[in-house]
Amino acid sequence: MEGFAPKASSYASQWDWFFFVLVTVSSIVVATVFVAIVHFSIRYRRGVNARREPVSETFSNRLEFSWTAGTALAFLAIFWWAAAFQLRDFVPPEGALQIHVIGKQWMWKIQQPNGVREIDEIHAPIGRPVQLIMTSEDVIHSMFLPALRLKQDVLPGRYTYLWFNADKPGVYHLFCAEFCGTSHSRMTGRFVLMTPTEYSRWSAAQPEADNLARQGQALFSSLGCSGCHSKSSSVPAPDLHGVFGNPVQLSDGRSIIADEAYIHDSIVLPEKDIVAGFAPIMPSFAGQVSEEQIIKLVAYIRSLSTERHP
Amino acid sequence: MSDDPSVVQFPWPTVARQREGVAFGMWTFLGSEILFFGGLLLTYAVYRTLYPQAFNSGSAATDIFYGTINTALLLTSSFIMTMALRGSESGSRGVVAACMLTTAAFGLAFLAVKGLEYAEDIDKHLVPGPHFPLHPPARLFFAFYWVATGVHAIHLLVGILVAVFLGIRVALRQMAPESTAIEAASLYWHFVDSVWIVLYALIYLPGRSGA
Amino acid sequence: MSETVSAAEPGKAPEESEQCESYLEAGGHTLMSWLTTTDHKRIGILYAIAITFFFFIAGIAIGLVRLELMSPRGLFLSDDEYNRLFSLHGIVMVWFFLVPSIPATFGNFFLPLMIGAKDVAFPRLNLLSWYVYLLAAGFACYAIVAGGVDTGWTFYTPFSSLYSNGNVLAAAAGVFVAGFSSIATGVNFITTTHMLRAPGMTWFRLPLFVWAIYATSVVIVLATPILAMSLLLIIAERLFGLPVFNPNDGGDPILFQHLFWFYSHPAVYIMILPAMGVISEVFTCFARRHIFGYAMMIYAILGIAVIGFFVWGHHMFVSGESQFANLMFSLLSFLVAVPSAIKVFNWTATLYRGSISFEAPMVYAMGFVGLFTMGGLTGLFLASIPIDVHVTDTYFVVAHFHYIMVGGSVSAFFAALHFWWPKITGKLYSEAWARFAAVIMFLGFNSTFLPQYIMGYTGMPRRYHVYPPEFQAYHVLSSMGALVLLTAYMLPLVYLTWSLFHGKKAPANPWRATGLEWQTPSPPPEYNFEEIPRVDTLPYEYHPENQGGPFRPQGKVIGGK
Ligand code: HEA
Ligand code: HEA
Ligand code: HEC
Ligand code: CUA
Ligand SMILES: [Cu+2]
Repeated sequence: MEGFAPKASSYASQWDWFFFVLVTVSSIVVATVFVAIVHFSIRYRRGVNARREPVSETFSNRLEFSWTAGTALAFLAIFWWAAAFQLRDFVPPEGALQIHVIGKQWMWKIQQPNGVREIDEIHAPIGRPVQLIMTSEDVIHSMFLPALRLKQDVLPGRYTYLWFNADKPGVYHLFCAEFCGTSHSRMTGRFVLMTPTEYSRWSAAQPEADNLARQGQALFSSLGCSGCHSKSSSVPAPDLHGVFGNPVQLSDGRSIIADEAYIHDSIVLPEKDIVAGFAPIMPSFAGQVSEEQIIKLVAYIRSLSTERHP
Repeated sequence: MSDDPSVVQFPWPTVARQREGVAFGMWTFLGSEILFFGGLLLTYAVYRTLYPQAFNSGSAATDIFYGTINTALLLTSSFIMTMALRGSESGSRGVVAACMLTTAAFGLAFLAVKGLEYAEDIDKHLVPGPHFPLHPPARLFFAFYWVATGVHAIHLLVGILVAVFLGIRVALRQMAPESTAIEAASLYWHFVDSVWIVLYALIYLPGRSGA
Repeated sequence: MSETVSAAEPGKAPEESEQCESYLEAGGHTLMSWLTTTDHKRIGILYAIAITFFFFIAGIAIGLVRLELMSPRGLFLSDDEYNRLFSLHGIVMVWFFLVPSIPATFGNFFLPLMIGAKDVAFPRLNLLSWYVYLLAAGFACYAIVAGGVDTGWTFYTPFSSLYSNGNVLAAAAGVFVAGFSSIATGVNFITTTHMLRAPGMTWFRLPLFVWAIYATSVVIVLATPILAMSLLLIIAERLFGLPVFNPNDGGDPILFQHLFWFYSHPAVYIMILPAMGVISEVFTCFARRHIFGYAMMIYAILGIAVIGFFVWGHHMFVSGESQFANLMFSLLSFLVAVPSAIKVFNWTATLYRGSISFEAPMVYAMGFVGLFTMGGLTGLFLASIPIDVHVTDTYFVVAHFHYIMVGGSVSAFFAALHFWWPKITGKLYSEAWARFAAVIMFLGFNSTFLPQYIMGYTGMPRRYHVYPPEFQAYHVLSSMGALVLLTAYMLPLVYLTWSLFHGKKAPANPWRATGLEWQTPSPPPEYNFEEIPRVDTLPYEYHPENQGGPFRPQGKVIGGK
């Protein structure tokens, strides 16, 4: 870990610049107020001879108006700048490398796209967009990568996302920033950025590197999903080919795009969104499947769609 | 309205001013109460939008018979409370005492019916827990049901205690029927009553409309 | 409200007080006379004692934390103990110290005096609030003794409702009950301000302190019930297993954060508005000048109170809230800062062409302006979404709110204490010691919290018991500062207590101030005014050239000086 507040992406450098400008502006404001107070304190201290007659009404009204308008405009300008900065990098580009993250009291479980599992460590390549898809098994955690100036809460029962495009290899901090109980301060780890070649070498060298979707397929039959969701099944259940990423018509008239969150909820909260034309007979698997297994199932169901529409 | 000096309390200059002040204070407090229940209603609104079907099925499992009786009881009690206030304005001790106590009696009847309903709900395992008969999100409905009716019942209980207390003191001549406390109590009572009307609509009606 | 007083004459106190007997003598010196008093002044003092106690409890807790943080691996606490200590610190400081601090002590004592009333609208309710506060404090103390709470002051679900094995129930109950006390006090103050102003005391003649307390009370009355409800839902979930925020049943843990911050953001203004009121009183008095932009100051107070209700989402920028919501909350947070800026500028301009002297209250007040500005400006950093994403849940936020709550509100509390001490006790304290303490406090404060901004920026997360060694230097600095701060807080305890026994007797109006409270004897008599005074001028008529005198009081008080 190096230097004072290391940065590992161009975004982090821009962030620092923004921060620096704010610090400068604020310092000017503080200095102005300070100088004014000190100046008046000396000039108008008691017992000293000075002009003390009332200021005219028009003058004070004008003064009042100008600093109100002035601050309002200054604040709007800062807001505008901040908002623009925020929105520019909000949507991740297509084709980002997807790494799954599960927070759990008090560890981070990472699932690389090729099935490699890590604990309290994220390895990621520089020079290409990487997206973290995160969820929690228990309480709220927060993924904090100071070197990227990024942070995102990790919630139970929901997916949240974070993406970055790093440019400086190195080993950086990874913190849990949301208080999550006893060992919150020990829920830390290493964030390892590598060149793409190093990264592929590293991931190939890991044991248990197996395709996530293939692991999901195995689960799909061992958990009994295929008992209903297969062509040969007698139970009326929807065919899962081509579901992922496409709109699903629900029985209450709404239509929803089937994303990770939707598939996730279909498994643990099946009564939430019922597919049109089917009875709500699918049992909830809450408590029987772990978040890690769900990630695999989702990967499998996703693969059923990509196979069809390459 | 009599200007009995014994009604005036420190630090008010006159009865009229005190009356205004007490009503004002009570309204301010009720403003606070509205936000208290508002937090709960917000929770309801969010979950009902998320899980419309679960809320309908939850609502359908409640006992509208008890709910409706209770609505009638409370509406009547509010009417009697208004008569107590009239009595207070005209200074008739008997009317105030009798009406306050009757109001309290109706409140008690409400709680008794509510008790029966609770017993039935528990019998049907409508308490979120291991034997809960409905789909999981309906638990959210019943969480709301128990918290909302529970909090309402506590409010009502406070109202009953106040009504009994005031009624008895007026009857025993320890307090003038014109006391500004009567008006404060009646404002509070009407508020608790209105909360019930809203709860009634939210708890018993959803699953029953339409289908 | 339910009892009748058998006084013969309406509005007159039951027993007519002696001309000079102060509220400290009238009614007796017994403990019972204090515990059953309905005199707003005595109740103010009861509160002062209670909150001072809690200030030290919470101070001791964080003292231990600061000691522990001297080493990156900790010195003597376990993880759980650490978590319990900072949670205790936050909970007690916020709900048992800062929220009631200025309103319930100085507000109670001076609101009726400043508007020319004999007491608050509901004196017995006022006493009841204090007992309710004690009951709440009882729950809180039980929670502390019976193992503590480890949720932080924010009680986030599902940790607090399902996972924590601390004493969440007792703590939540304590805060819940404390809420009632706040609401009762708020209702009382609002009614008092509306109904009991002396003749001639129009809304636009009210001292700014009264305006501030009034606005605070409105915020208290409208925001606190939401907190009460959210805590109740946690209690229901923990106690009866009713799943409200449980994600496994489809519940939404984020909903709790919305409810919590809907209260807690307005609550930060509950904590700062009264402080701003105090500063306005002190600045104008020691600058001997009419407050600059009196009307604008009132609009600023109201603006803060109203807009403050719509910015809560800025605590949740990284919670997965929608981008649109984030932007709205960010914009509104900038808007709510405008009235604060107006206030800072007006205070500064009040000094212009003044005749300034630097007694202790003024020194504290000047410290306030500097520290509040620094805290407020970093609030703008936090309101900028991208900045917040990095520094949220780091020490940067910790520094932000301590600058405002300790550098700001606590400084203002001390300003108020020194300003009104002669009136409350009838004694003068040692000016030199008081100024010395004020300066030490300012220095100690900065050395405690300035390093926290820097370590927050470099990524030091908050609520961390153990931390990477590169942050140690800042932590040590901060802990040293806390030691200085500790000294600074002990000093007033000593010289103020000393003044009670050996201090010179205070004149009625030692600062030659204009407020009605200064026209009564020091200490004031039991029912404040023999006759309700008549008010005929604006507040703050300091050295009006045309009057010839150095100042013109707001009204003439019979039986006063
Ligand atoms: C008394 C308490 C108090 C007050 C008054 C404030 C005031 C403000 N606060 Fe603060 N805040 C807290 C107490 C307070 N805060 C607490 C306790 C937390 C953390 C809670 C927790 O998580 O535990 C918090 C957290 C907090 C956050 C969330 C941080 C996070 O957790 O990620 C944000 C984000 O927007 C914020 C913003 C603001 C803003 C914009 C103001 C504004 O009102 C400030 C306005 C004042 C000024 C701006 C200064 C004066 C202005 C000038 C001199 C103008 C000139 C300037 C220019 C021309 C540029 N605060
Ligand atoms: C409302 C007012 C308030 C006040 C007045 C203070 C006062 C102080 N606070 Fe507080 N603080 C909060 C509100 C407040 N705080 C809140 C809301 C939190 C968030 C909690 C959470 O995360 O949930 C917090 C969190 C917080 C943290 C972060 C803990 C963490 O995240 O791990 C720290 C760390 O330095 C800190 C320090 C201090 C210090 C040094 C003081 C000093 O000003 C206090 C000094 C007082 C004394 C020192 C008094 C006397 C003490 C003794 C007699 C004991 C002996 C002392 C020693 C051994 C030094 N506070
Ligand atoms: C008892 C039969 C049954 C079993 C076992 C079952 N399902 Fe289902 N599933 C259904 C039915 C019926 C539906 C359609 C109604 C609904 O949406 O609930 C469905 C819907 C779905 C959907 C939404 C499909 C769409 O078209 O939008 C997904 C995804 C899904 N199931 C995945 C799974 C997985 C993964 C498992 C195993 C862990 C599983 N199911 C086990 C019966 C079943
Ligand atoms: Cu996980 Cu903090
Ligand atoms: Cu806020």
